[in-house]
Amino acid sequence: MLWIAWKMLIGNRAKYLGIVFGVAFAALLIAQQSSIFCGLMALTVSQILDVEGAGVWVMDPKVKYVDDVKPMADTHLYRVRGVSGVDWAVRFYKGIARARLESGSYEQVILLGLDDATFIGAPLNMIEGSIDDLRAPDAVIMDVVGYRKLWPEEPFKRGRIIEMNDRRAVIVGLARARKTFQSFPVVYTRYSQAVRFAPPERKVLSFVLAEPAPGVAAAELAERIRSQTGLQALSRDAFLDKTIRYYLLNTGIPINFGITVGLGFLVGTAIAGQTFYLFIVENLRQFGALKAMGTGNGTILLMVLAQALHVGLVGLGVGVGLAALFGWGTRSFSKLSFYMPWQVLVITAVAVFLIVLLASLLSIRRVFIVDPAIVFRG
Amino acid sequence: MPPTIPQSSAVQVRSVTRDFGSGDAMTRALRGVDLDIPHGELLMLVGPSGCGKTTLVSIIAGTLQPTGGEVHVLGHDLVAMPPAARVRFRRSNVGFIFQSYNLLPALTAVENAAVPLIIAGSSRARALPAAAALLDRLGLGSRLTNLPSELSGGQQQRVAIARALVHEPRLLICDEPTSALDAENGRITMELIAGLAVRPDRVVIVVTHDQRVYPYADRIATMEDGQIVSIEARKRGAIGAPPHHT
Repeated sequence: MLWIAWKMLIGNRAKYLGIVFGVAFAALLIAQQSSIFCGLMALTVSQILDVEGAGVWVMDPKVKYVDDVKPMADTHLYRVRGVSGVDWAVRFYKGIARARLESGSYEQVILLGLDDATFIGAPLNMIEGSIDDLRAPDAVIMDVVGYRKLWPEEPFKRGRIIEMNDRRAVIVGLARARKTFQSFPVVYTRYSQAVRFAPPERKVLSFVLAEPAPGVAAAELAERIRSQTGLQALSRDAFLDKTIRYYLLNTGIPINFGITVGLGFLVGTAIAGQTFYLFIVENLRQFGALKAMGTGNGTILLMVLAQALHVGLVGLGVGVGLAALFGWGTRSFSKLSFYMPWQVLVITAVAVFLIVLLASLLSIRRVFIVDPAIVFRG
Repeated sequence: MPPTIPQSSAVQVRSVTRDFGSGDAMTRALRGVDLDIPHGELLMLVGPSGCGKTTLVSIIAGTLQPTGGEVHVLGHDLVAMPPAARVRFRRSNVGFIFQSYNLLPALTAVENAAVPLIIAGSSRARALPAAAALLDRLGLGSRLTNLPSELSGGQQQRVAIARALVHEPRLLICDEPTSALDAENGRITMELIAGLAVRPDRVVIVVTHDQRVYPYADRIATMEDGQIVSIEARKRGAIGAPPHHT
């Protein structure tokens, strides 16, 4: 009987495409907007993700998210190193600096200061120069997107000079870094140099990056550091979660995207539901004939659900495929964030199946109450 | 005093009434119908439009419940039967030929003819060859894969006949089977019904307005205003082409 249901569904090509279009449109909107939302959320944690190798981030207890830097005294580094289970711990500076360009204009940059000895937190993907170039006096490395933003259409010029806090900084390399939420250029330098590029403050240590000793879990070490130093210590994953949660709870981003995703759901339900309902109503006589010939309501329900499932699967595939194509096609636009994790696919699939379930439930009552004697009416 | 029920009757209808609507809008479609149809008979139900023919066959087929009275078909009490059991009864025992064919437009001729077997649980691998063999006997062996829209009215009705007979039902209900056909196709259709469908263990009921097909009947029951007013016994095949039992 499912075979008959399938033939009935695809037999009316226009209606079939109409229903699939409705579902695909909803899936496209939901998947695309959710992916852009995820892309934006990924931007908020890009600087945590870019720091490879450190399992635990230690910070002031009042810090709410990665950009909420509350400087600590440098002595905290040694307190962290004194906690059992710490393999190593290094300083990490993060702040916003004002860079004066050769033209005299000013641009804000994200300034990251890496441990002078180990360069923990350095970019892994260098495009021009090398990390070791940072050992030169006044040396900085800039992210490639930021460089192109400051000097569009210009090739990389090693030795280009900018000023921060009235101090000379020499660009010695270009690195690939994740896009940032603020879209400011990212400037890497040694910690000892970064504190001179930053406005003078009594305390300058932003974070301590620590790695657990072998056999110690990051979460466990974070708990030890918390209890022994009174500082806030989070595993890398926990810090990602905390930062994303902050943006979810304290900005209008989720509401704005939620509205669009909700509208996609409603529009999809309306289009798919109405078209599916019309399809069912137009086939009432056929369903009546099947009922007259001995098809029970349970089988009819299965047939309608199978039809709904079919258009749901096809619509989901088309919609998600188009959304992925959109993401792929716009990957070179640096201003658009698009990130489609598997969770987006699950959310879209659940939404689509809710849509087709609602659409079929709207229609099924008509089939249930159709009198099989309808077939005797010419 | 209702007549006694003959033991040999396949269909026994007693004092059946059927109302539609309620209050002032209520219409009484059947007003105490009594009817017996023995096994092996081709009964024609005739009468003007709105006289209750279709309502009566709907009740006999188990697609409609009467408001009052008794209906026994092939030994089953259709009035007392639960709805799910009536569905199973129709699936196993009843074949339908409709005025407007009611073929599924998305299915080919052979697929349409196989539908009752598939409803009964047969696999397509078993149902399609059986349907194809029957369509071949009905002269449609070369049109098996055609969609209904690619067939003439007469050919569609032959597909409908195959669909009605493929699962060997013991009760065949034909609702105006020739009214949408020209004279020649109507004659062919009735010859096929009378020749292929009528068997000693089967009852065939034909609702019709078409006087040209009367010669194929064993008996003709005439209805007026919700009642059977006369039943005329005929010698089947006395007029027109003589049909044959198979």
